[in-house]
Amino acid sequence: MIKAILIFNNHGKPRLSKFYQPYVSISPRFNPCSLLLIGGSDNKLIYRHYATLYFVFCVDSSESELGILDLIQVFVETLDKCFENVCELDLIFHVDKVHNILAEMVMGGMVLETNMNEIVTQIDAQNKLEKSEAGLAGAPARAVSAVKNMNLPEIPRNINIGDISIKVPNLPSFK
Amino acid sequence: MPAPIRLRELIRTIRTARTQAEEREMIQKECAAIRSSFREEDNTYRCRNVAKLLYMHMLGYPAHFGQLECLKLIASQKFTDKRIGYLGAMLLLDERQDVHLLMTNCIKNDLNHSTQYVQGLALCTLGCMGSSEMCRDLAGEVEKLLKTSNSYLRKKAALCAVHVIRKVPELMEMFLPATKNLLNEKNHGVLHTSVVLLTEMCERSPDMLAHFRKNEKLVPQLVRILKNLIMSGYSPEHDVSGISDPFLQVRILRLLRILGRNDDDSSEAMNDILAQVATNTETSKNVGNAILYETVLTIMDIKSESGLRVLAINILGRFLLNNDKNIRYVALTSLLKTVQTDHNAVQRHRSTIVDCLKDLDVSIKRRAMELSFALVNGNNIRGMMKELLYFLDSCEPEFKADCASGIFLAAEKYAPSKRWHIDTIMRVLTTAGSYVRDDAVPNLIQLITNSVEMHAYTVQRLYKAILGDYSQQPLVQVAAWCIGEYGDLLVSGQCEEEEPIQVTEDEVLDILESVLISNMSTSVTRGYALTAIMKLSTRFSCTVNRIKKVVSIYGSSIDVELQQRAVEYNALFKKYDHMRSALLERMPVMEKVTTNGPTDIVQTNGETEPAPLETKPPPSGPQPTNQANDLLDLLGGNDITPIIPTVPTSKPASAGGELLDLLGDLNLAGAPPSAPASVPQLSQPPFLLDGLSSQPLFNDIASGIPSITAYSKNGLKIEFTFERSNTNPSVTVITIQASNSTELDMTDFVFQAAVPKTFQLQLLSPSSSIVPAFNTGTITQVIKVLNPQKQQLRMRIKLTYNHKGSAMQDLAEVNNFPPQSWQ
Repeated sequence: MIKAILIFNNHGKPRLSKFYQPYVSISPRFNPCSLLLIGGSDNKLIYRHYATLYFVFCVDSSESELGILDLIQVFVETLDKCFENVCELDLIFHVDKVHNILAEMVMGGMVLETNMNEIVTQIDAQNKLEKSEAGLAGAPARAVSAVKNMNLPEIPRNINIGDISIKVPNLPSFK
Repeated sequence: MPAPIRLRELIRTIRTARTQAEEREMIQKECAAIRSSFREEDNTYRCRNVAKLLYMHMLGYPAHFGQLECLKLIASQKFTDKRIGYLGAMLLLDERQDVHLLMTNCIKNDLNHSTQYVQGLALCTLGCMGSSEMCRDLAGEVEKLLKTSNSYLRKKAALCAVHVIRKVPELMEMFLPATKNLLNEKNHGVLHTSVVLLTEMCERSPDMLAHFRKNEKLVPQLVRILKNLIMSGYSPEHDVSGISDPFLQVRILRLLRILGRNDDDSSEAMNDILAQVATNTETSKNVGNAILYETVLTIMDIKSESGLRVLAINILGRFLLNNDKNIRYVALTSLLKTVQTDHNAVQRHRSTIVDCLKDLDVSIKRRAMELSFALVNGNNIRGMMKELLYFLDSCEPEFKADCASGIFLAAEKYAPSKRWHIDTIMRVLTTAGSYVRDDAVPNLIQLITNSVEMHAYTVQRLYKAILGDYSQQPLVQVAAWCIGEYGDLLVSGQCEEEEPIQVTEDEVLDILESVLISNMSTSVTRGYALTAIMKLSTRFSCTVNRIKKVVSIYGSSIDVELQQRAVEYNALFKKYDHMRSALLERMPVMEKVTTNGPTDIVQTNGETEPAPLETKPPPSGPQPTNQANDLLDLLGGNDITPIIPTVPTSKPASAGGELLDLLGDLNLAGAPPSAPASVPQLSQPPFLLDGLSSQPLFNDIASGIPSITAYSKNGLKIEFTFERSNTNPSVTVITIQASNSTELDMTDFVFQAAVPKTFQLQLLSPSSSIVPAFNTGTITQVIKVLNPQKQQLRMRIKLTYNHKGSAMQDLAEVNNFPPQSWQ
């Protein structure tokens, strides 16, 4: 069972913290310290370092250590797919989205889904649901995504009707 | 009131804060705004506010006032609200807050919602933080969802079920029927979570385990799925670095492990597939190694055939050669677990393991060290010891203590020769002398005493070792003890093993004195040194005056322990000079008491126990057989042998009855009259430990055996009362009572006894050494007799005491033991 999932940066600032077991927070200021309280005899910390972030999973002996390393890799790749070249700033500004993605992968401390495509599909569907509810405030966002998804047909460069040949000027594209 | 700022704005603002104080200020301001917004019951912006609150919670600020708001969000109809609300519930609430129960109804409704994503949210929240009450209420819903055909919901329901089972184990049976079809799914997500559910059930309840083994035929199903995974070609959706769904493979292997443990049939069924996985998996990436690792663990745990086990250990051996530290770590940990059972197979990889000792990583070094100690045996001891000593030289301080203890243990078990053993010990003492455990010192001393022919060599080497450097306490303690014992060999220069060095008595005393004076020596070490100097007074001929001077100086030392010793030794020089040589004689070969390991305190050599004030210094026990002692002579016959000297003959707290131990071997566990009764308990020889150590001294049964008067003369009467031990029928416990009918006290009373060869005797401490006059009191003493051959008990006793100003002594034989006392 996974006891906790934490992401922090090189300076120790927490970027995400999810605990699957109630923990005793001795001082609300220092999340990393309260993690050490969880580490009992059975628990291990398995971590991977990507650029400026540390992804730390605290697991007990029922999880395979090497398997968790792979799981971290899958998680990061999923984040990459959802955020397009994910970087630390994405995690900072979209914590709730990261939580949602994580919720699709790990539930109650156990691995739920490891197939990246599946997770991304579900996340997309849920995001769409959210957007549909957004009402007026969501209009600009909807417009942008509508244009993005628009499939403009190929503009013919030369129109030949009989003897008339019209050269179509190069219009700026709306992608 | 203006619209509350968006989460993004908040984050941006907080990031501009340059100091902790600034950040705190910003957050407090925002919290105040959020709080007033909550009070206004603002539905539109509640979602935004809670999102900001969650962010601040992650940074570590208190956010409990948002808990109720989360509940309101959950109850809303909008998906966006629900999403944030459930997330907030998972982060801010847990079963310790009473508020969480209010969620139950909402979750129930959402579990039956039309949109699968809402159902998913509800399942997720329940599965993460559901308390036992919630689980009890909602288990039915979860079970229903477990049977749905929607794979998205099914997998979530499976994990939710695991959580329910963890919280409320009694509900396990409820989920049993739903599990029947779980493994027939095609969707890997559902398969994965189903395997997790089955694993949880099997781990929790042995009944379930049996049920799954027999009725459900789980093993063949799992084998089939695993086979498909391996055999199927490349499938893009489950592929991770060329292997098809490794996560599922690992899970299945783990479940197989649980099913196959202690069960022959299941283990049979999975042998083939395990062999297949082990041979076909690619090991170039971490993924393949993860699967192999899981396979190895499974093979080790089930009742696999030996060929498979050897394959597993070979895989672990290959892991050890891998460049990746994680893999090596994992391999060493597993090998450590299997070394007990598959010793020979692991031996083959010994050289690789020993190479790991040179690794840079601390955790790998530690495990390699433990594994190396486990692999040491009679054949490889020399080579291994070389490596281990080299490791001891170069390792970090935190390892040195464990390494030293391990080396001592290994050397003790497998030493090819005494000289090698002593050399190894010397090497450890000189390289890691200060890290050696305290109890190693007495062990070593005992070892050295026992290798009689090596005394000269040992003392010479020890002398040379401390000549340069006497800061390592255990080394100095052992050296001081040896020099004290064998100083005569040192100055006489009779060493066979190596070039004898020329040392004068003065030089030896110089070094001992510098140990005494040095600031680096601890109190214990000083004690050793002082006693050593004292012992040398009988072994050295020309420097006795110097020794006397040193000893008298310390008579006024601030250290109470040293002062006491010095005073007593002084007294030895003055009043008891005639006894000095007998007292300070060579120690006999000590009995080997079984050692349990580095942490076992075998025997103190007396130096470390605080002694009550009246006692004399530790006498040296007599030589075993070549000194006929008085009592033996008097008793004449060859059928009477000395009683086995009980273990620490050198206990300082001995000699209570002053002269009790001097006459030696017919001794009698010699504890002082004033010492607490617990002291004799420790010193009982093994044979009496079986019956009586943990039980009260006087066992029941008994009485019914008449008591006898063993001696009655000159006003002194000694009575014996008997008891038989419950647990050990060949042990008889005799209590003697000595009474005095004359008009003057008898002081310094000492009782000694001897029995025939076939018996063994142990004398415990007397209650006092004064027999008061006019029968006003008695001295009580307990004797334990072991009579394995059930022969008639006979005893010869010797009494010494002071009466009317003169020393009296008497011998007698006791033959009138009642038959019940020995039959």
